[in-house]
Amino acid sequence: MTSTLPLARPEEGQSWTRYFGFNTDAKVIGIQYIVVAFFFFLIGGFLAMIIRGELITPASDLVDRTVYNGLYTMHGTIMLFLFIFPVLNGLNNLLIPTMIGAPDMAFPRLNAVAFWLVPIFGSLLIASFFVPGGPAYSGWWSYPPVSIQNPLGNLINGQGLWLVAVALSGVSSIMGAVNFVTTILRMRAPGMGFFRMPVFCWTALAAQTLQLIGLPALTGGAIMLLLDLTAGTSFYRPEGGGDPVLYQHFFWFYSHPAVYVIILPVFGIFSELFPVYSRKPLFGYVYVSVASFIIVGLGLIVWVHHFFPSGVPEWMRNLFMFTTMLIAVPTGVKVFAWLGTIWRGKLQLTTPMLFCLGGLVNFVFAGITGIMLATVPIDIHVNNTYFVVGHFHYVIYGAAVMGIFAAIYHWFPKFTGRMPYEGLGKLHFLLTFVGANLNFLPMHPLGLMGMPRRVSSYDPEFAFWNVLASLGAFLLGVSIIPFLLNIISSWARGPRASHNPWNAIGLEWLLPSPPPEDNFGEHVPTVISRPYGYGSDEPLVEHQAEIEKALILQEATR
Amino acid sequence: MTSTPIPPPGQVVAHGEGQHVSHNLTGFIIFLCSESVIFLAFFSGYAILRLSALDWLPAGVDGLEWRMPLINTVVLVSSSLTMVVAEHFKGKEKVWLFRAFWLLTMAMGAYFLYGQAVEWSGLKFGFTSGTFGGTFYLLTGFHGLHVATGVLLMGLMLFKSFIPGNYSGGEEGVKATSLFWHFVDVIWVILFVLLYVWRA
Repeated sequence: MTSTLPLARPEEGQSWTRYFGFNTDAKVIGIQYIVVAFFFFLIGGFLAMIIRGELITPASDLVDRTVYNGLYTMHGTIMLFLFIFPVLNGLNNLLIPTMIGAPDMAFPRLNAVAFWLVPIFGSLLIASFFVPGGPAYSGWWSYPPVSIQNPLGNLINGQGLWLVAVALSGVSSIMGAVNFVTTILRMRAPGMGFFRMPVFCWTALAAQTLQLIGLPALTGGAIMLLLDLTAGTSFYRPEGGGDPVLYQHFFWFYSHPAVYVIILPVFGIFSELFPVYSRKPLFGYVYVSVASFIIVGLGLIVWVHHFFPSGVPEWMRNLFMFTTMLIAVPTGVKVFAWLGTIWRGKLQLTTPMLFCLGGLVNFVFAGITGIMLATVPIDIHVNNTYFVVGHFHYVIYGAAVMGIFAAIYHWFPKFTGRMPYEGLGKLHFLLTFVGANLNFLPMHPLGLMGMPRRVSSYDPEFAFWNVLASLGAFLLGVSIIPFLLNIISSWARGPRASHNPWNAIGLEWLLPSPPPEDNFGEHVPTVISRPYGYGSDEPLVEHQAEIEKALILQEATR
Repeated sequence: MTSTPIPPPGQVVAHGEGQHVSHNLTGFIIFLCSESVIFLAFFSGYAILRLSALDWLPAGVDGLEWRMPLINTVVLVSSSLTMVVAEHFKGKEKVWLFRAFWLLTMAMGAYFLYGQAVEWSGLKFGFTSGTFGGTFYLLTGFHGLHVATGVLLMGLMLFKSFIPGNYSGGEEGVKATSLFWHFVDVIWVILFVLLYVWRA
């Protein structure tokens, strides 16, 4: 069998310049996505530093109030549409084809177009800082009536650019979603039925399904908003018979599921990594997989909880409170499955495992405040306060971004061929975990005390918790330095990685590091068992011993 | 896969062992499902605005004329039938009959667009005439854009039918266009009911 294995294909001849052009290889596109996403992460993070710098004192003294409105609007928009979604699409590009044994995505050229839209709409959004009147200032939700004001009367204004950028982001995400779903449905390795698929692919499939259902609604709503802003229609204009709350429905019909688009792949990452670093099979694999789709179904019918105080009828409030609370059940199934996985396992506290554990702790905390927020009386009390801000930063930064860091450290050796440094990685984890909690925990007492969000000055009684939060934010700002140092230096001259440095089970670990351009090419192994067979000596694919022997030989002659 | 372009519809491409199929049609169906949600969003927005309106019709307008749109509806629905006939002839490899019925379908689509334009030019209200005018032009305009896209796609497929051997390995482009056309047709029927049949 050895002669038919994917061996000895020259990798070193590939030029690094391919990362700067229109390339259709999913592994190149994946890295392009991740690098571009972190570029925008630094911009969004810089805006967060200014925001927290403003809030370290009660007075509005660092930036002008109108500038402040633009800052939080752009911080939210950049972090969601230009950091989280692109970085996850990058991981999807790297992991889906290699995990299912496909040579590439189903539509490689569409994939590249979807990626190149990101820098285009990213530049449009950043350009809005330089147009007269400044960037959009109506918050990342862009609720009318604020978002349909155009006081300067220019055709090109911050809000208009915001809408065009978000619409293009939607186009890019839809292209990506069509590609990911088709790839997962049609290009799996022989023998890989749905219930032999890694959980990351399950969660990616679920998340991309949500994109396909939810995004068109946002696009529709955004088109109507753009028409109200520029063409003088009155869909959301009360004086013309329009309804501003209608926009809130459109916006949250997508943007609530968007949270699951973000967190589901992170659940996938947790489900991949806990078994590796606990040396145990994933507890309840089938339940974890199916729970992803229960979350999809429920996630589509909870959106009204974002605007309980916006003149929503009583029956609607109660219904959506109920469905929101119901989501805790499939999510809880997953949390208990991870606990069952690490229970009595041989834990290896590597950098990716630390990020997973930290992310899980933060996620459970965010889940508890989420249930509090779902309760109508509590929600009406803390709506639009820092309690909400604290809650979703725990979800997005505390859980999702930490999970993404875990994934980057875990799969870095596979796709670069180099090992990241453990010491810098652990320092990064420590700063991130302490920084995130110091930053976002104080927001909860602030919200309960009644401090509203989106203000640049506040009552001095809120000062104590705000100073703590700002210090945490600056610590988070510092935490990115060891990460960047680690990634850049280890990519340039870190120790060479073997094909399976973590002793993990999965098709991607049966490829050389980095994998050849078409992955397994014509020699896709046949999958013969479920994933995560840790502790049992059952092989994942046919002829596994030969494949591994060949890879070790190849590494020895390198 | 740096140098491998997306295979043209109908061409078989190797994608690893046991997967010698092109995925274009799967991808297109997934896209259509997603596209239908945007119409669903517009439909529900229309219904919510209409149900909550105090004065739905702007001053001086007493409703929509329905005769011309009804003719348009009949034409569009029958064009779905002529398209089925065209596909039937393609299945029997009678290429000229396929082309004839395909062209007839295109002509009916073009007539629909013409009828829509005539209707628009005779209306007494504009895009900015409250939510009534806004939703009317948004729905019919967005649908019209899809009809125009469909006619263009059909033209492209007709042109491709003259390339020798183009249809020998499967006709995903034709299938996709036909799915798109039926989709546009179904959307119109819902739209017709919502705009013209639903009386206050």
